[in-house]
Amino acid sequence: MARAAVPGRLSWRVATVKETRDETATARTLLLDVPGWPGHLPGQHVAVKLTAPDGYAAQRDYSIAGAPEDGRLELTVQRQDDGEVSSYLAGVAEPGDQFEVRGPIGGWFAWPPADPRPLLLLAGGSGIVPLMSMIRTHAQANSQVPVRLIYSARTPADVIYATELAERERVSPLTVTHLYTRTAPVTAVIPPAPPAPRVFAGRLNAKVLAATAFPPSANPAIFVCGPSGFVETASALLVAAGHPPGTIKTERFGPT
Amino acid sequence: MSVVSRGFRGRGRDGGVKLPPGQYLEHGFPVLQAGPTPPVNTATWSFTVTTEAGDTSRLDWRQFTALPAEDITVDIHCVTQWSKLGTGWRGVSVDTLLDGIATSAAYVMARSYGGYTTNMPLADLRDGKAWVAYEYEGRPLPPEHGGPARLLVPHLYFWKSAKWVTGLDLMPHDRHGFWEELGYHDYGDPWREQRYQGD
Repeated sequence: MARAAVPGRLSWRVATVKETRDETATARTLLLDVPGWPGHLPGQHVAVKLTAPDGYAAQRDYSIAGAPEDGRLELTVQRQDDGEVSSYLAGVAEPGDQFEVRGPIGGWFAWPPADPRPLLLLAGGSGIVPLMSMIRTHAQANSQVPVRLIYSARTPADVIYATELAERERVSPLTVTHLYTRTAPVTAVIPPAPPAPRVFAGRLNAKVLAATAFPPSANPAIFVCGPSGFVETASALLVAAGHPPGTIKTERFGPT
Repeated sequence: MSVVSRGFRGRGRDGGVKLPPGQYLEHGFPVLQAGPTPPVNTATWSFTVTTEAGDTSRLDWRQFTALPAEDITVDIHCVTQWSKLGTGWRGVSVDTLLDGIATSAAYVMARSYGGYTTNMPLADLRDGKAWVAYEYEGRPLPPEHGGPARLLVPHLYFWKSAKWVTGLDLMPHDRHGFWEELGYHDYGDPWREQRYQGD
């Protein structure tokens, strides 16, 4: 399997918030100016370090949301109830504020745009963030490989990038399936005349997967990201459906 | 170089608990792995030590769990910045697993079901510093946490504690394992914050 090594030393760089955008009631996107940022592979993450006036520092890892861009970085942060760093990034930080970043980190959960295989993405909640970087990079690279995204969220109001995903679906070889685990979807969310039902109530199961994912015979590259329970379920369903374990890359967050 | 982030105060300083630099206290038990959880059946499980001369010694599950075991309470530190204190395990000391094996190897590659590997100096697995653990908090180790058995090397970042471990390859020279090849540190001492190569 191809791997992208991360050579050399990773140094801390100063990031300045250029712009913020609320994506949902609890998720916010931050556009950052990071002089010297070398770009990244979609799927990689970054360490963020906040420092208080008394020198106390806290650091956490966040997935990169944007397509690679020299000197610029886009993160989307889901605010956690007791999140020491996320409540700052997705609550307090304003344009002009500064913190430090280090990366890009992780060369395994990463999609090289030259990969000719169909791309199958499964997101649970804010697990969409690194997969959105892949979708945006796919568009930036003008890749014509088909992309299918299966995106599980609690309710339609919890869907991050809803408008952008709908637009990208219209103009690129991208198909999005939405699953809502807490609320039945409102009819307006259903795309007009879909070739197959692509909005489901409830959790991901073998039936939905069979109806919406590429079959193993299409040999897709597969990325799964979300809370541990979602990733465990989704990757087990994929293996049971016949996808070779070696084609499935996973990234998890949150305790069990 | 360090910038102050306007409006950031930070939470309690983790109650005076001394954590390695850059770590925070976690009370759950996050799962981190690169791919699906591999099915590992204790009926076919085996653990093999291979020396630098190519000699092998192999244990099946029954033989492994018949070895003297120890209860271990240790703090664990993940490279993704969480630390968990006072975790309880039961397992077989690597000293016991290497007992009677002739080797002058300086390094070891741990190998797992599913293809995962991780490297470290052999000395870091000796002298009561490492175990192959099969219980967590009094219960069989769950598959998502590396069950039926995982390496436990608590003084290094937790990616060195290979889940689903099935063997140790003793090596005269160091080689990169899975994450090490991807830029993670060869040694991984949390107290020196050795997360990535060059740290």
